[in-house]
Amino acid sequence: MSSPSSYYIPHEAKWPIVGSIALFTFFAGFASLLNGGSWYLMAIGAAILVYMMVGWFGEVIAESENGTYSAQVDVSFRMAMMWFIFSEVMFFGAFFGALFYARTFSGPWLSGIGEGGASATNAVLWSGFDYVWPTNGPQKLGGSYEPMSWLGLPLINTALLLTSGVTCTIAHHAIKHGDRAKMVKFLLATCVLGFLFVGLQILEYWEAYSHLNLKMSTGIYGSTFFLLTGFHGFHVCMGAIILLIVMFRGTRKHFSATNHFAFEAAAWYWHFVDVVWLGLFIFVYIL
Amino acid sequence: MSTAAAGHHDHDDHGPAKGWTRWLYTTNHKDIGTLYLLFSLVMFFIGGGMALIIRAELFQPGLQLVDPLFFNSMTTMHALVMIFGVVMPAFVGLANWMIPMMIGGPDMALPRLNNWSFWIMPFAFLLLLSTLFMEGGGPAGGWTLYAPLSLQGGDSFAFVIFSIHFMGISSVMGSINIVATIFNMRAPGMTLMQMPLFVWTWLITAYLLIAVIPVLAGAVTMLLTDRFFGTSFFNAAGGGDPVMYQHIFWFFGHPEVYILILPAFGIISSIIPTFARKPLFGYASMVYATGSIAFLSFIVWAHHMFTVGMPLAGEMFFMFATMMISVPTGVKVFNWIATMWRGSMTFETPMLFAIGFLVMFTIGGLSGLMLAITPADIQYHDTYFVVAHFHYVLVPGAIYSIMAATYYWLPKWTGNMYDEKWGKIHFWVSTVFLNVLFFPMHFVGLAGMPRRIPDYSLQFADWNAVASIGAFGFGFSQLIFVYVIFKCIKGGEKATSEVWEGADGLEWTVPSPAPYHTFEKPPAQFS
Repeated sequence: MSSPSSYYIPHEAKWPIVGSIALFTFFAGFASLLNGGSWYLMAIGAAILVYMMVGWFGEVIAESENGTYSAQVDVSFRMAMMWFIFSEVMFFGAFFGALFYARTFSGPWLSGIGEGGASATNAVLWSGFDYVWPTNGPQKLGGSYEPMSWLGLPLINTALLLTSGVTCTIAHHAIKHGDRAKMVKFLLATCVLGFLFVGLQILEYWEAYSHLNLKMSTGIYGSTFFLLTGFHGFHVCMGAIILLIVMFRGTRKHFSATNHFAFEAAAWYWHFVDVVWLGLFIFVYIL
Repeated sequence: MSTAAAGHHDHDDHGPAKGWTRWLYTTNHKDIGTLYLLFSLVMFFIGGGMALIIRAELFQPGLQLVDPLFFNSMTTMHALVMIFGVVMPAFVGLANWMIPMMIGGPDMALPRLNNWSFWIMPFAFLLLLSTLFMEGGGPAGGWTLYAPLSLQGGDSFAFVIFSIHFMGISSVMGSINIVATIFNMRAPGMTLMQMPLFVWTWLITAYLLIAVIPVLAGAVTMLLTDRFFGTSFFNAAGGGDPVMYQHIFWFFGHPEVYILILPAFGIISSIIPTFARKPLFGYASMVYATGSIAFLSFIVWAHHMFTVGMPLAGEMFFMFATMMISVPTGVKVFNWIATMWRGSMTFETPMLFAIGFLVMFTIGGLSGLMLAITPADIQYHDTYFVVAHFHYVLVPGAIYSIMAATYYWLPKWTGNMYDEKWGKIHFWVSTVFLNVLFFPMHFVGLAGMPRRIPDYSLQFADWNAVASIGAFGFGFSQLIFVYVIFKCIKGGEKATSEVWEGADGLEWTVPSPAPYHTFEKPPAQFS
């Protein structure tokens, strides 16, 4: 805990209300779209949201560069980022939980393995179903398919993401020594690797849909596969965009050896995305 | 905004900004706390109105006032509004007002984020309540949104899911803010074990929220994709399992129960020592008990699902783990009693509500212990006994603590004393009607009356009529609460800084009403 002589408090925040209106429009629009409406409202919501983020972050960046923030504010920012990432971990935890539950409990139960009503469930409802992971269930929802192999694209993607973790760390060491040019160079490498990952992920999805007949509707395997990798891919996208912004800030002479929290927050986020991928690679692809 | 940031030193010594936009743009923890509390009060009457529709329909057997689908959407919405729109925002409002003052901080750690946390709430509830006017009506599958029933809803389904995402964003941001505030904004020298218990309980509650709200977001996202994108998380035909939804939901849902009660424990731990004029008995054990309850809350979720089908080992584990919660809860109850033991007690309104809490929350806790017993729960499950149980912990528990807190800190907020006579009348009328309302539900529940059904068998008629009378009495007596609050805001006997004779804590060292910016420099008490 820092011990300030006086406190810093910002006054008048106009962006939050813009953010609320943006999210409201976006959610209402998305829901109407799902109910068969048009996509306009959702697009407007997304546009306002982007406007809000550009404006709000822009202001915070300006204040940071003006030296408005005290050491205490810096600590608050760090804590906020840390616990935000923890909340993200729990979000992925829900989907990993669904994967483990389906694989260890409901799958075997459907094929009659387990105590209590499992054998009756199998005999009466799903007679003849033999559980082997991956599965699209007793009714073979989505038709016959091939599972995604961990060799090939996923393995390349693992290498890409792990390498990007290294380049990100090199960039971090560079800025810690005040070498802004080196930081920008290695951040560029990190972003390229990140976007390459997203590109290959899209290729992998295309492969799955057009050659393997592996879709979101391919039973519980397709559900867990696409939601876990999909939300991860979305986070990689976000992380890469954040790193890109940090890189551009670097080219504008932002950050110093002692003052570069935005970089660190982005790097934490990037490593978090990295670790989630390792979990995915092991539990979704290999095992 | 950049001008405001550049010129912020000009504002520091002044009061609030002029005009109605003050409330829209404010970053002041007191303004935001007030907004949260007023929002919660409005939602209390909306959710209460829904409860009265339910009780009016149940006044006598048969279907008379509303159609069954609307009845179901009332039970669903009543729960969603009361949990997410009343109790949670009220606690966040109290946290906003009190935590910075209690820890000697200038404001919340992230004031702009704080503004956003609040201003999401009205929009999220607009999204939720708008579903009542949609094709197919509001959500009617229960607030737990169990698959596959919830997936069969009308146009409202997607709106409800997104409104939950929306509220979740607010809760997570608010909790992060509270954690950062407590760790980073304490007066220099104030150690964790010197913090008031309200701060402690909120710290632990904030962690619960950060840990489980994202899980709820994941669960409802799976519902959304099951309905609209062809996934089979909760569809056995595709290898999924509807019971899996219940597991994921209650992994959120049980910690949520403690999110709704831990801050109440903190409030009661502030009020009882004041009016007993003795320090809190067993401060450290209170902190550890709160931590234990929070930990246990993560490993008891399946006690909501004893009848759903689970391996025997699971039923046993969840039964015993649930019973263990009564140990730290018992520590708290006995500590409160020991605090009052041989104290110089007086019975102002906050103390009445605190003692009401203590007695009736314990009744709810004991019926919870009955429900924890797996073989017995197979009889009680989904009956009015369960409804009686959770209303006893939520209404004279969470809601009473919020009312106690309001009466306790209202003089600090407004600078005026509230009307003690009407405060006491509010307490006694509420308490009588509340027991008339909820106590008979134990009887009809044990006799087998199922919950969430608009009609019932004739033998339940008498007690249902009694409960409905209690409901209307309780509902309308809350108008007294509103009267006392607004009367106090408008004026009254001036309050001193200390307000209460036995009060202890930093918030009682500043004038009443508390100045717009409480501590611009750190208070020196702890260094």
